[in-house]
Amino acid sequence: MSVVVPKLQQLARKNLRTFLPYAVVIVAFVVVSVLANGGNISATLRGQLVPICAYVVLAVSLNLTVGVLGELSLGHAGFMSVGAFSGVTACIALSDTIPSQGLRLVVGMIIAAICAGIAGFLIGIPVLRLRGDYLAIVTLAFGEIIKNVINCLTIGKDSNGLHFGFLTTVQDLGMEADARVIINGPIGISNIPRLSTFTAGFILILVTLFIVINLVNSKSGRAIMALRDNRIAAESVGIPVTRYKLMAFVTSATLAGAAGALYAMNFSTIVATKFNFNTSILILVYVVLGGLGNITGSIIAATVLTVLPEMLREFNDYRMLIYAIVLILVMLATNNASVKALPAQAKAWFSRVVTGSSGSPGGDASIEADPRPDATVVDHDNQDADEQDDVSEVILDV
Amino acid sequence: MAFLSHLISGVSLGSIYAIIALGYTMVYGIAKMLNFAHGDVIMVGAYSCFFMVSRYELPAVVGVVVAMVVCTILGVTIERLAYRPLRQAPALAVLITAIGVSYFLQNSALLLWTSNPKVFPSIVGNGSLKLFDGQLSISYTALLTVVTCIIIMMALTWFTSKTRMGKAMRAVSEDKGAAQLMGINVNATISMVFAIGSALAAIAGILLCSAYPTLSPTTGSMPGIKAFTAAVFGGIGSIPGAMIGGILLGVIEIFGKAYISTQLSDAIVFLVLIVVLLVRPTGLLGKSVQEKV
Amino acid sequence: MKMKKTLACTLAATLAFALAACSEDAPTTTASSTSAAATAIKIGATGPLTGGAAIYGQAARNGAQIAVDEINALGGIQLELNYQDDEHDAEKAVNAYNTLKDWGMQISLGSVTSTPAIATGAENFTDRIFALTPSASSVDVTAGKDNVFQMCFADPNQGSASAQYIVDQKLGTKVAVIYKNDDAYSTGIFNTFKTTAETLGLEIVSTSTFTEDSQQDFSVQLGDAKSKGADIIFLPIYYTPASLILQQAASIDYTPKFFGVDGMDGILTLEGFNTALAEGVILLTPFNADSTDAKTEAFVATYQSKFGEVPNQFAADGYDCIYAIYQAIQAGNITVDLSAEAINDILIAQFTTMTFNGITGTDVTWGTNGQVSKAPKGMIIKNGAYAGLD
Repeated sequence: MSVVVPKLQQLARKNLRTFLPYAVVIVAFVVVSVLANGGNISATLRGQLVPICAYVVLAVSLNLTVGVLGELSLGHAGFMSVGAFSGVTACIALSDTIPSQGLRLVVGMIIAAICAGIAGFLIGIPVLRLRGDYLAIVTLAFGEIIKNVINCLTIGKDSNGLHFGFLTTVQDLGMEADARVIINGPIGISNIPRLSTFTAGFILILVTLFIVINLVNSKSGRAIMALRDNRIAAESVGIPVTRYKLMAFVTSATLAGAAGALYAMNFSTIVATKFNFNTSILILVYVVLGGLGNITGSIIAATVLTVLPEMLREFNDYRMLIYAIVLILVMLATNNASVKALPAQAKAWFSRVVTGSSGSPGGDASIEADPRPDATVVDHDNQDADEQDDVSEVILDV
Repeated sequence: MAFLSHLISGVSLGSIYAIIALGYTMVYGIAKMLNFAHGDVIMVGAYSCFFMVSRYELPAVVGVVVAMVVCTILGVTIERLAYRPLRQAPALAVLITAIGVSYFLQNSALLLWTSNPKVFPSIVGNGSLKLFDGQLSISYTALLTVVTCIIIMMALTWFTSKTRMGKAMRAVSEDKGAAQLMGINVNATISMVFAIGSALAAIAGILLCSAYPTLSPTTGSMPGIKAFTAAVFGGIGSIPGAMIGGILLGVIEIFGKAYISTQLSDAIVFLVLIVVLLVRPTGLLGKSVQEKV
Repeated sequence: MKMKKTLACTLAATLAFALAACSEDAPTTTASSTSAAATAIKIGATGPLTGGAAIYGQAARNGAQIAVDEINALGGIQLELNYQDDEHDAEKAVNAYNTLKDWGMQISLGSVTSTPAIATGAENFTDRIFALTPSASSVDVTAGKDNVFQMCFADPNQGSASAQYIVDQKLGTKVAVIYKNDDAYSTGIFNTFKTTAETLGLEIVSTSTFTEDSQQDFSVQLGDAKSKGADIIFLPIYYTPASLILQQAASIDYTPKFFGVDGMDGILTLEGFNTALAEGVILLTPFNADSTDAKTEAFVATYQSKFGEVPNQFAADGYDCIYAIYQAIQAGNITVDLSAEAINDILIAQFTTMTFNGITGTDVTWGTNGQVSKAPKGMIIKNGAYAGLD
């Protein structure tokens, strides 16, 4: 009997963890849609709905690489870029063949996802052989290379079909007079068909959650997390390293590509320089602040941090300064051992003073404050390991 | 002749990357963290020198000293306030905090000194050494940069291998816990590392802006990233590696621009980096760490 | 403990959304309550007020603000200017635009730089809010939108005008071009320059580029131009990298003529810049801060006393935009209580028919495509100041 209750608790916790992200997203979507339809939503927030969806998907997909696989990727914006440009090009090229806007958007996002996935695969093969900071710098390098290459790309469409050019100008493509220039080198794409909608973004988030959560909870997911926790032990148990690393990386890239296409088709213009190192870092901040491996955290962090700079607009010149300070303070607060111990200490003091029971004042705090033994892989938020702890802790104790 | 000229440009550009990379690699090698704010400390150093020399018309030497002092204080303060509380935190948390510090410095500079670019007065004047009948010219600033880079590298190598503090630094980088057990004051050592790294950043900033005299709050960030690339290229944690990585990066950038395409120069530089890392995963002079199971 | 944490997160999420929705409502409600008793026409604009392009956004804002203050001091129609930061980014510009909409913007000054202006221009078109941008010069800003106008030359015009000018004035026979190939402005001008040069038979011997990440070392680009014997270098770029090019060319004893476009304006205001290096630089610019024209002198004096520096053409464009709109407001009898859409229609009618005289151009008119028609002034830098070349 004493086994059943903890088991039920464990089951409830596991299901909660699995379904909480869906719940949060669905509730938020319903609430915002009702507000939007009633006209009770500000223009600022309405304009940000699609970018928020895109950033949520980007954060969740990056969390797959950084939190679940445990590899630092500084070039995520590169995949977003590949997806954005290929998706928009597809949508423009297919504008005659597929008149339905919704269907065209879906087709565009799928093509974007495939292109980004291919890019992820091609990049992943060399990159995933490296470790730690070397892997990080190589992902950063690929992000910059993608940006540079797209800046030199020209694509146009006329009655003869699509024309591609590299390191040339649009005139050199030799198109008919009525041609539509799609990608014009560094000028990017202008007059993009604004096909993205909040509903489409919501569906994309749900699809992303479905893919990521099921991947994490499957056998492959456990293998990937084993690689994160202790690569050597995982290898010795027979887990094929490259295959699972690639799986996580390519899935992450694919989702980022779809998000990029959704993002791009919310604006009437995109340029390759938008998808630079700063954007990669931006998404990384969402992931870290939300908690590595914590899907719900990524969703919330991405939403709040996208909306926050806009809410700070009253402060105008001091806006970015305040944002930087808030970022530093939040990082200190969530990671400093003594600051993290404060709530537990406060709780213990409270229970001691109010209820008179002698709790363990320093107990929880001191365990959290213990320095973890140095690991060669990126440390993850211990509290999210949950059931996996049982397996991985055994290996770590060796 | 064009080849030699490009080589000289590459070496002078690269030597600036090398000095910045030396600061990065020192901090990374010992404190095991990527100090993203390094590029912005460079910017602060350059501004300090600019104000001393241009606004208050003091001699260049004063400007250099003031810049070094300002940067050292800044670096140690940042370490104390933002990085030390996160000593036990996962590496990613420290990285994000460093990014926060970087944004903070950039935006403070923007508020204090506005975004209008300032033209930095060169430390050694604008003359250059002319060789081969004027066909080849090496600017004095470039010569100074290369010489400074070599001196710093030798000084750092001597410091870390021969002095007590340097040995303490090496001990801390190998095993913090054991070093503490041996009686080394880890906090003081790491603060010292940041102090030296920041002083180097000041020198790097002055030389960067002497060679390319526009100064604005965002001046430090791209050279910072490129120097970080150079440090990894040469093997992060290795002092001679940082210098070689920096110089090679500069040379590759110039040669890529000259012989392949100016439009693709960024892509070429990074492509070379990727190829090298694939062949030698720990960088050119990096030590391949044996994994203990 | 874990459940409480996730519950807290959920609550936080819904709270955040509610807060965001509500707090954004606050400006709208205050705006509607003030517009009931509104006394000023609301003019909104976005520009890079922070980040790498902040000089341009701040200049445009400052220039526009001076104009607004002068007009308000006259009594009569009152204007209220609200400049929001867009960090030279399309996404942030659209957010800024939406914030301005919540504020109750009735007329827009668009965005200062091209890429954000294309994005906000699309919004202006859909929402029927009139936009007159001071400096966003890409053709895509106005293309297909009947209510978006430009105060500055469109990029293609600058490119072809430059080539024409070089040929007409016989400024050089072998042209080298150094342009920024990750910048829409620079590439746009280069593209038409190249086409016009080919048509006119002007020989381009060397073309090289640089990017945002590599805009410090120009030894390769200058070396290539020098070795190909170029006697004039065309620089469709902004003045900050241009200053480096001038300095580096001098250090390799290379002294061709330099020809710039409106982005070159401001080079004489670079603090600490040795203006001797810019001696002989020719540029096409709409604005000359040293002009003895009364309006210009007054503007420069006011700008210097308020902001402590000489204004560049972005500031002048901002100033002219406000005055052009003011002229149209008076001619079209626009009043404070009109809706943005109504104002939009009146302004379109005005702008396509009126002639404007400002400090960036005289006898300025606009076509229905939104592009401005004014004569570019050729200037040469002599003794650290502009001198007319025509």
